[in-house]
This record gives sequence, C-alpha cells and structure tokens, in this order.
Amino acid sequence: MEPIIQLRNLSKSYGTFRAVDDLNLDVYRGEIFGLLGPNGAGKTTSILMMLGLTDPTSGTAHVCGYDATKNPIAVKQKVGYMPDSVGFYNHMTALENLIYLGRLNNLDESTLKDRAKAVLNIVGLAGSMDKKAGIFSRGMKQRLGLADVLIKDPEVIILDEPTLGIDPAGVKEFLSLIKTLSQQQGLTVLLSSHHLHHVQQVCDRVGIFVGGKLLAQGDIASLSAHLFGKEGAVTTIKTAQLVEQPWPLEAEMRQWNEVTAIGISGDTLEFTTRHDITPRIVRHLVEKGYGILQVSRKEYGLDEIYQKYFESSFNENLNHGKSSGIFKRAFFGQHKR
Amino acid sequence: MENQAVSSSALSSGSTKDKKYKGSSHPNRAFGVIIRKEIADHIRSWRFLVLVGLVLLTFVASLYVSVSNIRTAFTNTNDPDHAFMYLKLLTSTDNAMPPFHVLLSFLAPLLGISMGFDAINSEQNNGTLTRLLAQPIYRDNLLLAKFSSAIMIVGMLFLSLTLLMIGGGLVLTGVRLEAQELIRIMGFVFVTLLYVAFYLSLSILLSIVFRQPATAALSALGLWLFFTVFYPIIVNLVIRAFLPDPAYLTQAQVMGYNEFILDMMRIAPNQLYTDAATTLLMPSIRSLGPMSMEQMAGAIPSPLPVKESLMIVWPQLSGMIAASTGCFAIAYYLFMRREIRS
Repeated sequence: MEPIIQLRNLSKSYGTFRAVDDLNLDVYRGEIFGLLGPNGAGKTTSILMMLGLTDPTSGTAHVCGYDATKNPIAVKQKVGYMPDSVGFYNHMTALENLIYLGRLNNLDESTLKDRAKAVLNIVGLAGSMDKKAGIFSRGMKQRLGLADVLIKDPEVIILDEPTLGIDPAGVKEFLSLIKTLSQQQGLTVLLSSHHLHHVQQVCDRVGIFVGGKLLAQGDIASLSAHLFGKEGAVTTIKTAQLVEQPWPLEAEMRQWNEVTAIGISGDTLEFTTRHDITPRIVRHLVEKGYGILQVSRKEYGLDEIYQKYFESSFNENLNHGKSSGIFKRAFFGQHKR
Repeated sequence: MENQAVSSSALSSGSTKDKKYKGSSHPNRAFGVIIRKEIADHIRSWRFLVLVGLVLLTFVASLYVSVSNIRTAFTNTNDPDHAFMYLKLLTSTDNAMPPFHVLLSFLAPLLGISMGFDAINSEQNNGTLTRLLAQPIYRDNLLLAKFSSAIMIVGMLFLSLTLLMIGGGLVLTGVRLEAQELIRIMGFVFVTLLYVAFYLSLSILLSIVFRQPATAALSALGLWLFFTVFYPIIVNLVIRAFLPDPAYLTQAQVMGYNEFILDMMRIAPNQLYTDAATTLLMPSIRSLGPMSMEQMAGAIPSPLPVKESLMIVWPQLSGMIAASTGCFAIAYYLFMRREIRS
C-alpha cells in the first residue's frame, strides 16, 4: 500500500544544530500514528516540513502524493493541521472564526454556516458558538482547533500536542473523538505528543523521536518486545518486616536457573528473572516465614520504552559533552518552547 | 458524548459520499475573503476611529482657514493661480496654520504606519498566522491582502474627504469646477495614496522583520522622523563639507551643485511627495529644480496645463511607486520562505 505520508531523508538544520536528522517515515491511510518524543526533539519541525510551512535542509516530504515543499497548497487542501498553540481572532465569535476558515478553504457558501454548526456540535462547542474566541479557555480553544481541522473535511489530520492543556476528562473525550472520527471517516491521523499515555490510548503505531532522530517505530507490543525481550520479567515484593542484611536466602535463590539478579532495599525485594516465576518466588518466601504485603510484576508500557530510549540518547548526549542541565530541564518541563 | 457519535456520522455520511459543498478549488477566492475580513477588522478597530478623527480634524481646520481666506486669495491678481478656486481651497492659508497638503504630508505616513505595523507580527504572536497558512492560500495573497485592504480604506477616506470638500465649495461659493481642477485634485489624492502606500509597505516589511509590534511601529516612526527631520540636515552637512566656495564657481557649476543637492534630497519620500503635491495643486510651478536666466527669459507667469504639470511630477510618481514596490518586494522575499511557527 502506498503510504499517505512519506518522508525520505528529511533533515533540517538551524545553523549547526540539527533539529531533524535524516528522518524516514511512512504513515499509511487510515492509521493513527503517534509521534512521541521529549520537548525539542524536532516533532513540530517535522510537522511544519510536512505542510510546507518550513523548508527542509535536505530530503523530501510527500503528503497525499504531493511534494510539501514545492506544492504546499495542494497538500494543505487535503491536510488539516492543528498547531500546538492554536490562536483565534479574539474579537470574532467561535462560529465566525470557523466560517472564515471555511471560506478560505473555498467551501460552498450556502451550506457553510450549517456545516460549521455541525462541526461545532461534534467537538462539543455548540453551546458557546456565539461567544468571542478571546474568552475561550485553553481546552475550548483546543476543541475549536479540532473544529477548524474537521470543517475542511481533510484526508489527513496532523495534530501537534493536541492534549496539551486539557483536563484529564477532556483528554479522554478528545482522544476517543479522534479515534471515532478516524474509524468512521477513514481519516489518517498523525499526532505528536510527549504524553505517553495519551499516545498509548489511541495510536495504532508509534514512532519514538529523540534528538531529531526516529529511534524506533511500530506498535507498542513489538516495541516493547524489541526492547525488553532479552531482559525478561521483574517481580517486586514488599515484605512486612525489614529484610536483614546480608539476606540469608539470597545465595540460595541466586542458584535458581531463572533468576538473573536480586535487588534488596529496606523491605523491598526485586527479582529479575528470565521469565515470569512470580508464584514460585512468593510460595518460597511464604514457606520461609516472610509476611508479604505487596507483589507487583513489572509490565513494560510506553513509559518504560520511552524512558529506555530517552536514557540511551541522554547518555549519548552526555558523552558528547552537551549541557545536561538544559536538556534535563527541557525534558521535565511540561511546557513546550 | 452520547449524541456525538450520531452527529459525527451524520456529518461524515454527507461529506464522504458527495463533495458538493466544496466550491471550485481555486485558491484565489481566498484573496477576496481575506480582504473582506481585514477591511472589517480595520473599520471596527479603535485605531481606525482615532485616525479618522485626526484626518477629519485636519480637514475641517484647514478648510475653515482657507474658506475664511478664500476671498483675498481669489482676488489676488498677482498670483497666477488665483482663478483656481478649488485648488486655492486646498492650498491657501492665513499663515497661522499650514495648508491641507502640508498637514497631510505629516498625517499620511502616520496613517500608513499605523495601518501596517502589526500586520504580520500580531498574527504570529496570536498564533493565527500558523492557522491561516495551514489553509490552502498563497502566502503572497496574505501580504497583498493586508496591503490592499489598508490602501482601500485610506483611499476611500481621502476620496470622500476630497469630494466632500469639492461639494462643500460648490454649495458655499457656487463657482463652477474646472475639469483640470478636478484632474489635479484627483491626482493629488492619488499621490497622497502613493505616499501612504510607501509607508504602509515599509511598516508591513518591518512587521515581518520584528516580532514585536511595538518595535516595528517605533522603527517605522524612526525612519519617518529620519527622512523628514534628519535627512535634510545630514545632506546639507555632508555637501557643505566638500562644496567649494561658491564665489569661485561658474554659474553652471553652482547650478550643478544645487541640482545634486536636490537629487540627494529626493531620496527621501517626503521630498518626492511635497514636490508632487505642490506641483499638482499650484499650476504655476513649472520646474522643481533651479532654472537659469535663459530658461526664465520670456516666460509669462501663468498656470501650466494639466498635462505639463503631470509631466513634471512623473519622475516623483515613479520614484514613490518604486520605493513602495521595493519595500513590498523585500517583504515578499522575507515572508515567502520563512518558517511559520507560533
């Protein structure tokens, strides 16, 4: 199948800084693709290049079969884009803002108003369509931004940090709305985020994007298998009393075939095993007279995958002598700059 | 959320099957749409009301002065232009207040700068620029729409003021309006518009260069101040530094130097405007440079025909058109390939 978004060796440099480094990416029709990465990873820059809003230093971006650099108008006719901090004309009402956008997209004037109202109804702004956009809260603006995207009836939707600044209930609603729309209308969705859980909820495939490079892509299961398959399972057990140091059972249990490592800290034991042997460990501890308060088996979600990739690129950066303080701050800061 | 699925399916069934609601896919219609919106924005803005107030005030004050003065100006037979009642309305004064066209040479830059200094950067700061340019519109259409909407508004304003003046004069005096007066006055309006256009495109250019509207406005005002106040001083200082003592020069050389000074002055757009406006409004002006005695010999102090006046100001007009186009071209160059990020 021909990919609807096709990026080939896409690079963008600002002076000596490479914001996007040799990016190759295919997104296919009808899928929801999540571009996941910390702040400053080059997600927005890549998206801008897909829309011809900035020129790549080298490489090509094809969207819907058009070259986004040479023929951005054709691309923009088919792609709906919601920027991370979408702005509206504050003196105009939500409906007026939307109608203006519809006119810019050459929508038929006679049905435009009804269509705008229908779209506002979908995104849940029907009640405030006659309010000025200037008084909208962040979440409402985000919804209006989605209405902007939907009114032009796009083939591809590109959402840059769509869940930023929406409350948890709103996020859930927003993501399920995107999912529904994608299923009903066969839309292709590309969404960027640094929020792992949001991406995990809706995306069919995920690309992990750090330091301008796409480190891995695929669905979450295959990503986690690829990364942690060799490490096996981790079982963490919390005991009722403090584990004495040195632990008498440690030498014995290290003899077990499956166990590769044992970590002890205070009242917590951590077993790293080749495969999951939690019941056996628990039984053994109970037999030896330990009171067990809590048993947990670590499962690898996007969090860990992300952390893993981030760590490796972080170390790489440290080795290259980059200022780690700035990098750290950029990562842990919630707001994007 | 319950009825959401229903309504979205209603929308999608309508949209995926037939694309009838989509008009012809011609991006040029967008140009008209942007102009309409920009004009509406301008008219509803406080800034525009203030500017209209200023222009009206100028107009009423100078008209009052010239109307009270019109009898003496009209009957002053020493002045070859005295018969042009309507031109006199615009130019005569009792020396207490500068005439209308001089006042306008101050107001026009202000008008141009204030209509354009936040054209692009305020959109960018609001995040609306990304939103706008993610739509299928040409970038130059946006620039052109910003420019033409402001020019249309200023044009309408000046045109209605001038027509008001002519109509008022007709009612008050009953003097017949000569065709050449009408042409000259319309030419004057056109020249003023060109002058506004220069400052408008300059301020649009600055609004692309500077991220903060205040910086753009200030630098545009600074440039205007430089051209009106400091530039003539600098030209005089520099020329005087290497000008030989005029006592040792032949008359032709003195003329040559004078011509050179004037040419240097004409780099400033306000000089071009003043030249053009005075020539159009005072038909007896026959040259904008120095004239020798031989050229003056035998000349009767009488008004020139319209065509001749237009011939005299033609270089000035082209200079102003070139300056505005130049600014616009630089703006276009900077904007077309720039990264749009909010």
